Amino acid sequence: MSAPAGIRRRPLRKILDRIGLAIAVFFFVSPAALVFLWMLSLSLKTEIDNIAYPPVFIPNPPTLDNFRAVFERNDFLRQAWNSIVVSFGATGIALLVGIPAGYGIAKMRATKAAVLILIARITPGLSYLIPLFLLFQWVGLTGTLWPIVITHLVLTVPIAVWVMIGFFEGLPAELEEAALVDGATIWQAFRHVALPLARPGITVATILAFIFSWNNFIFAMVLAGRETRTLPVAVNNMLTFEQIAWGPLSAAALLVTLPVVVLTLVAQKQIVAGLTQGGVKGA
Amino acid sequence: MSGMTDAAALQGAAADAARRKRAYARHYWPFVVPAAIVVLAVIVFPWVFTIWMSLQEWKIGSGRSYVGLANYERLLNDERFHWSILRTLYFTALAVVIPVVLGVAAALIFHRRFPLRGLARTIFILPMMATPVAVALVWTMMFHPQLGVLNWILSQFGIPPSMWVYDQSTVIPTLVMVEVWHWTPLVMLLVLGGLASLPVDPYEAAKIDGATGWQAFRYITLPLLAPFIMVAVIIRTIDALKAFDTIYVITQGGPGTASETINIFLYLNAFAYYNMGYASAVVVVFFTIIIGLALLLLWSRERFKDAVR
Repeated sequence: MSAPAGIRRRPLRKILDRIGLAIAVFFFVSPAALVFLWMLSLSLKTEIDNIAYPPVFIPNPPTLDNFRAVFERNDFLRQAWNSIVVSFGATGIALLVGIPAGYGIAKMRATKAAVLILIARITPGLSYLIPLFLLFQWVGLTGTLWPIVITHLVLTVPIAVWVMIGFFEGLPAELEEAALVDGATIWQAFRHVALPLARPGITVATILAFIFSWNNFIFAMVLAGRETRTLPVAVNNMLTFEQIAWGPLSAAALLVTLPVVVLTLVAQKQIVAGLTQGGVKGA
Repeated sequence: MSGMTDAAALQGAAADAARRKRAYARHYWPFVVPAAIVVLAVIVFPWVFTIWMSLQEWKIGSGRSYVGLANYERLLNDERFHWSILRTLYFTALAVVIPVVLGVAAALIFHRRFPLRGLARTIFILPMMATPVAVALVWTMMFHPQLGVLNWILSQFGIPPSMWVYDQSTVIPTLVMVEVWHWTPLVMLLVLGGLASLPVDPYEAAKIDGATGWQAFRYITLPLLAPFIMVAVIIRTIDALKAFDTIYVITQGGPGTASETINIFLYLNAFAYYNMGYASAVVVVFFTIIIGLALLLLWSRERFKDAVR
């Protein structure tokens, strides 16, 4: 009948443990949540509320004027179009050359090529910019979107190749070998056997390449003219010219990062798999 | 007798197969050609060209002339450059240690089961994917000394307002805070991957032996996680050295030159002062620092692995 003290104590300990866990989760999650919520709040408030002290947190009433201002003013739609062209272009080219390359490197076990890709990934973006900037001037490509697409390949090709190497290395070789024994060419084995199996890897490569390109700031900032600015550059310029117009600035910032945030929500699994691939395997 | 020949024959056949496989591997090179062309054009060409350019005196608008190692000599005597190196190391040290410590803690928490864990984890990793420029702008507004929300939050706890990025002494720690916010999630993901791969047996044994939770963490979890933490340290070091967007958008190296890291110094020389030759020399030195640190960390990781074994 006499229950040991340990059992009676356990519920209390469990509760304390739960509370501790809840506090820890709150500690880690709230900074992330608060910055995005504050961005949303700023974008939905009037300018008077935005610079009120103490701050107004809940927009009352919420207004869409800031978003309207973003779309009416300057060239937001064209800049959005520029960003779309650049990101899709750089991602498309990266997949086109990166998928076969990943396959070839995995098949040849060419670790040296993999190291080159790794070095390319750790080189600061700025260091590519000086030579390419001069090159584009000589060739006369300035004023078009081409220089931006081409420099974004510096980001998208290594990540695509890197993800695909890992993915093709993980595929069982038996199926392709069977196809080769049956008289298929190497190309056919790649096209009809390996490629369909690699679809999840291609998804990961596509998402990461797209996000890297979409988020990139420095290449377009140096290379773009008035007509060819991408969204991150355009939003940064808004800060320089209207120091205290926080509403439209937040609305624009929100619109720029929205596609990526949505993509993260939808494809979290693929993103996590792609980003941790090299690291976890390297361990 | 026949047994031995069989074994030899088998061995020969196996070696044959291996040789054929290796010979066969060579047929795959055409797959790599398109990517190789792209990599040569946009990655390897700039590397080589940069080295050549670093030997030139080359200001856009005026001419170009070969000056040998003069740019490097100038770097040796350029105090602004030396300060930018020190600042970069200061920034990097903080921007590696803090995210790694917090990231490991976050991974231990997200490794446990609790309601809404998936949602909490998704929100937690959002900063890592969000467009850095967009987020940096929001931080800039939050740092405003009079109207910013951060000083209001401090005031609620009775803490005097901070100048954040507007004061030389607080600017780098403040920028580190943004960097921590951005990249702790990546460390968490890397370590979480490690936690998922840990064996169960040692914990059961420890439990039977009466180990406390802390002892199990200190003597089992931490050593087993060490390789994953090391990978996180390497990735963080490289990314922190390369940090640009956040710093440029929020402070552009200011106030004065208080947050001018190597990357910002490099940017200003190349695209504000158009000293292409001098900037190229900076690139070469910067690149050497990054590769050097990366190799050092990789080497210590190998040492570490041997020590654990």
